Amino acid sequence: MKAKNRDQSLSDSRELDGSYDQLTDSVEDDFELSTVCHRPESMDKLQEQTKFTKKELQVLYRGFKNVGLASFMECPSGVVNEETFKTIYSQFFPQGDSSMYAHFLFEAFDTNKNGSVSFEDFVFGLSIILRGTINDRLNWAFNLYDLNKDGCITKEEMLDIMKSIYDMMGKYTYPTMQDDTPREHVESFFQKMDRNKDGVVTIEEFIESCQKDENIMQSMQLFDNVI
Amino acid sequence: MAAGVAAWLPFARAAAIGWMPVANLPMPVAPTEKNKRQDELIILNVSGRRFQTWKNTLDRYPDTLLGSSEKEFFYNEETKEYFFDRDPDVFRSVLNFYRTGKLHYPRYECISSYDEELSFFGIIPEIIGDCCYEEYKDRKRENAERLMDDQEDNKDSKLPNMTFRETMWRAFENPHTSTMALVFYYVTGFFIAISVITNVVETVPCGTVPNQKEVPCGERYTVAFFCMDTACVMIFTVEYLMRLFAAPSRYRFMRSVMSIIDVVAILPYYIGLVMTDNEDVSGAFVTLRVFRVFRIFKFSRHSQGLRILGYTLKSCASELGFLLFSLTMAIIIFATVMFYAEKGSSSSKFTSIPASFWYTIVTMTTLGYGDMVPKTIAGKIFGSICSLSGVLVIALPVPVIVSNFSRIYHQNQRADKRRAQKKARLARIRISKAGSSNAFLHSKRNGLFNEALDSIEEEQRLTKSTSLLESQHHHLLHCLEKTTNHEFVDEQCYQQSYLEAGQNYPSRSPSLSSQDGVTGTCCTRRSKKRHSPLPNASAPAHMHPLTHHPHTHQHGLQELSTIHIQPLSTSRSSLNMRVDEPAPLNCQSGQITTAIISIPTPPATTPEGDAHPPAGPALQNVVKVSAL
Repeated sequence: MKAKNRDQSLSDSRELDGSYDQLTDSVEDDFELSTVCHRPESMDKLQEQTKFTKKELQVLYRGFKNVGLASFMECPSGVVNEETFKTIYSQFFPQGDSSMYAHFLFEAFDTNKNGSVSFEDFVFGLSIILRGTINDRLNWAFNLYDLNKDGCITKEEMLDIMKSIYDMMGKYTYPTMQDDTPREHVESFFQKMDRNKDGVVTIEEFIESCQKDENIMQSMQLFDNVI
Repeated sequence: MAAGVAAWLPFARAAAIGWMPVANLPMPVAPTEKNKRQDELIILNVSGRRFQTWKNTLDRYPDTLLGSSEKEFFYNEETKEYFFDRDPDVFRSVLNFYRTGKLHYPRYECISSYDEELSFFGIIPEIIGDCCYEEYKDRKRENAERLMDDQEDNKDSKLPNMTFRETMWRAFENPHTSTMALVFYYVTGFFIAISVITNVVETVPCGTVPNQKEVPCGERYTVAFFCMDTACVMIFTVEYLMRLFAAPSRYRFMRSVMSIIDVVAILPYYIGLVMTDNEDVSGAFVTLRVFRVFRIFKFSRHSQGLRILGYTLKSCASELGFLLFSLTMAIIIFATVMFYAEKGSSSSKFTSIPASFWYTIVTMTTLGYGDMVPKTIAGKIFGSICSLSGVLVIALPVPVIVSNFSRIYHQNQRADKRRAQKKARLARIRISKAGSSNAFLHSKRNGLFNEALDSIEEEQRLTKSTSLLESQHHHLLHCLEKTTNHEFVDEQCYQQSYLEAGQNYPSRSPSLSSQDGVTGTCCTRRSKKRHSPLPNASAPAHMHPLTHHPHTHQHGLQELSTIHIQPLSTSRSSLNMRVDEPAPLNCQSGQITTAIISIPTPPATTPEGDAHPPAGPALQNVVKVSAL
């Protein structure tokens, strides 16, 4: 109740003074936000739930927390929102535009759909990718591709993903990027994955096809010693 | 790689899981650490004060001293710490930069000592955060000006190679450079003064001629004044012509304010010479003489203050405009009111509203000449209101304007400065960023054969100076290339290949890889002959090319060893060094891009007719991509 009155009076004063300073206004909002910040679960619990060691968790957390601090006006604790996510990811790909792919990643990491990735979400996701079984990893990848989470990947979803990956390459590539390259790639992907040729790839088809493909199996092993 | 988010590299690499099922090609080998160390604490002993930090923190910025292998030079074996004989206070800021990603400039620190420390630790000052950057730049500018002032005293010796014209211009602009210039400066000043005084004295009544009323001196001693005027104008003309001759850019000089003043000052004389005998325009001629007063503005060359005043007036034009506008409003209001108030009284001086303007202005500025006074009671009441409000209307904006002057003046200067700095600053940061993406391209070309080389010693020797973070990042980018089947190139190569594609786009043939394809890179038309056919590693298992083509690989290894066995320090050794290497290819075209499938093309289809194809299959200029 009290908070509501405060907000009401705040907005009243804002209307009266037609030229309120944008900056101070947002600063006030952020000060209010910062009291609602998030503390992660205890390290013991996280250690049980994921497959990381204590040291690894420490390293991950340090990096996670620093990012919140580094971004100005950001809530410095516990959660990363999509903008920051995109900014961080784009640092690794200076030549291209990685925002779409980062968006899909964000959707995949943010399992409870609350618009921000907490340290738990982050660590759970990483644990599956880096320490999970091959099947777990394939499941996670499927979840990433399945944009509307309905259990099957359509050609449109795959095309979005493919375009986002190709966007990361940027303009200066060799050979020059053609407009239909993503589409062709999607076609070949579906040819490989879609067993019953019904236009969608289900999770079973996906896992089956991936298990048959040696390259994919081998590349999944890359993640074993990332951290 | 961008600094500060190095801690998120594992996440970025994990996120590559989304590419794996999509890729048609096998992924490259991931770089591994030889001895997988846990993150360890490093002790930095700076003149006795010990700082501790994680090694990862320092590794975030591999192109600085602390982040690269250069710090090994300072490693003290006995105490197992890194000892730096530098200022510990400044080091605090330096270390905080690694921790937070922002470099701060402490205000109490001397600017030159700070600069020295930054350059010792290999940090470019452009990275200073926005909170401290302006202060830093201000202090630096002050310092530079101070040094420059000291230097200017030593700079007066004439540079030997200046032409006569340049000498003259310099003499005009800086009078204290030589005695002649000083003499010239004072002579012109003297003549300006003489001319102005002449103009003034001309109008003074000087004595009476009998039987005539008092005449001004100008008419009495016409000849003398005319001679004086002529002399002054001659001097001014000569001066103007000399400046025009000496100016480095005549067009720009003629457009400058000072030259316009010069012209306006001397033109009336010449027009008068031309027009003296014509009766009709002699009235106009008299008016023209008014312009002679502009000669006084020539003093602004001699006075710095005048120039500053002129500039501030120019820059506060909007404030002045507002003052004028509000004054005009008030004048019109009160003039109207006074007119209607005084309409009734007889012999009122307020004959019309414009006539009342004079009264209003005189009253509002509290002059009160008294030539027009209201006589009715209403007029007096409104008159007093007018004078009171005049005080307010005039007295209020003037201090605001004055303070605006100084604020706007400084702000303008600072805004221009900041804008100029910003461009330079961003350019420098962009260069260092381009350095990092170029680092990938370079290490891609030079470093890929690390994977081919299975011998541990080679790998150790070559990867020692690339930090693990760099190699992991490059591996990530390489995976992306494999996923999309396209290569990263830099802008130059892209333009060239774009042109090539326009001329002769290689057809996409669906055939699979062949055994002895050589892959060139984009700039192969400039490549030298030192391409050796290297095994195409994509068809056989990616990991062990050696086992399949040992002999060619050996040969290739030898070839390569003559070209590129040198430390791959993409970090501290800058790109510039790389350009001077023995294989100065335009885009540093390397030797291997092993995974790109190529098809041996007959030389006829090479896009450049003048490419040197010494051996047919040995030099493949076209890379074809085939989809599986």
